[in-house]
Amino acid sequence: MSNDTVQYLLRLGDNALILSHRLSEWCGKGPALEEDMALANTALDLLGQARLWLSYAGELEDAGRDEDALAYRRNDRQFCNLLLVERPNGSYADTMVRQFFFDAWHHLALQGLCRSADERIAGIAAKAIKEVEYHLRRSSDLVVRLGDGTAQSQKMMQRAVDELWTYTGEMFESDGVDEQAVVAGIGFDPVALREPWLSYVREVLSEATLRIPPADAFMQKGGKQGRHTEALSYLLGEMQYLQRAYPGAQW
Amino acid sequence: MYAQLVETGSTRLRKLDELSGDERRFQERIDAGIKIEPKDWMPEGYRKTLIRQISQHAHSEIVGQLPEGNWITRAPTLKRKAILLAKVQDEAGHGLYLYSAAETLGVSRDQMIDDLHSGKAKYSSIFNYPTLSWADIGAIGWLVDGSAIVNQIPLCRCSYGPYARAMVRVCKEESFHQRQGFDIMMALCRGTPEQKAMAQDALNRWWWPCLMMFGPSDAESVNSAQSAQWGIKLFSNDELRQKMVDQTVPQAEYLGLTIPDPDLKWNEEKGHYDYGAIEWAEFYNVVKGNGPCNRDRLKARVDAHENGAWFRDALLAYADKQAQRSTAAAA
Repeated sequence: MSNDTVQYLLRLGDNALILSHRLSEWCGKGPALEEDMALANTALDLLGQARLWLSYAGELEDAGRDEDALAYRRNDRQFCNLLLVERPNGSYADTMVRQFFFDAWHHLALQGLCRSADERIAGIAAKAIKEVEYHLRRSSDLVVRLGDGTAQSQKMMQRAVDELWTYTGEMFESDGVDEQAVVAGIGFDPVALREPWLSYVREVLSEATLRIPPADAFMQKGGKQGRHTEALSYLLGEMQYLQRAYPGAQW
Repeated sequence: MYAQLVETGSTRLRKLDELSGDERRFQERIDAGIKIEPKDWMPEGYRKTLIRQISQHAHSEIVGQLPEGNWITRAPTLKRKAILLAKVQDEAGHGLYLYSAAETLGVSRDQMIDDLHSGKAKYSSIFNYPTLSWADIGAIGWLVDGSAIVNQIPLCRCSYGPYARAMVRVCKEESFHQRQGFDIMMALCRGTPEQKAMAQDALNRWWWPCLMMFGPSDAESVNSAQSAQWGIKLFSNDELRQKMVDQTVPQAEYLGLTIPDPDLKWNEEKGHYDYGAIEWAEFYNVVKGNGPCNRDRLKARVDAHENGAWFRDALLAYADKQAQRSTAAAA
């Protein structure tokens, strides 16, 4: 198996792992008990998916790295998640808009992966898409209710949309790793997800009485290639602390 | 335990033949082991005591998310992280069913939460201690959840139907929680010397606060006697504490850890372990608000609630608009 396939799987695993971490930071601090439970549930689903992707990446790499070695002993430059998922939680409005942008993309991405020629990838995607259908339903519903709620909630949601928009462009950029996955028939073409994503997001934001920022706005990128925002290395510092402080220990 | 020092409002226990009418029929049902359900007649004292006890238990589950939540982002493996996340999510779920059980007694969740935030309602003293290392997550599962099970298994048979049924479900999940805690301790005790020292340090810090969770001796307490007569407290604090000590000592021996009590020894005659004197001054201090984390825990809950006000308001506003839209559409 090529390094590109390993890299492709790491991207999928890192997205799920890093977003799961962010959601788990809300534990016990959500705006309602039901939200605490729902966020923990989403965080658990994503963590489960991350473990499947990373384990498969480790097997294909065949260098003796398991899910934990990949999660806990890579540096930020070796992480290849989208910038969007590492952005700090901010307010609950920021967290929900980040989730909505990601879920809408994730659902389309998994639809593509369900058709993968690699049976293991198709299998993981088939399991994950059932969870992500629910994530997307939930985040879309909350975006509508919070956008069309009070003047204050609408303002907070609009600000979150405007702030996070610049991190969405990267989801639809293709590079050599993506191209190789398309050629091998194991992955999807990210460029092709842009229109369906925009159309879905436009529809939900419009129902939420929120303005969609211009599609040609300036977009940040680099996460997939390991060039992250300042937020990631702090996240990893926290996540990896025990494995780094006690190398080789079994937990 | 999760409910400590619960007031019943009684100053003297009355025997069955001193009761009459509804109160006598109520006590006869309890004595016959028939569950009391929300719409049944019940003495005001029974209702208020249960609200205090169940809401205190619910608050403990909710505040109890914080010390363990403190380590979710730092869990040492992805599997441990997933188990811990699921466990903390279960606790939020326990809080929800317990609030719902208390609501059947005529109090709203909002009122209970206001009472927690104002300091009027209490939660278990144990959650005012800090989680300083990963081993504390093991110790909490093993000792705190272990103590919770000792206390809650009898409550599955308590007289109030909704509380008893909630406890059945809670106990099943607590038993999984305790096993995961013990499993963390086992991994640490089989690990490096540093890991084993971490485990011993956690046991040293959690042992006495766990024994205090059961509350001071209540053999002579009117509140406990009243709760016993009402079938909502089935064993004394000392009996439950003894059961916890007896079940835990062999587990500590299996782990190769030392319980931090020089007076702990097997008493052949009683068939139980004797243990040293508990420092009740510390317990009362923690209950009064002077534990290491009381202020932080309450602040975290109040902040979450206040920062979430806009969110809850928005959902209500949206629901109102939807209702108006459907009325307008129907007109």
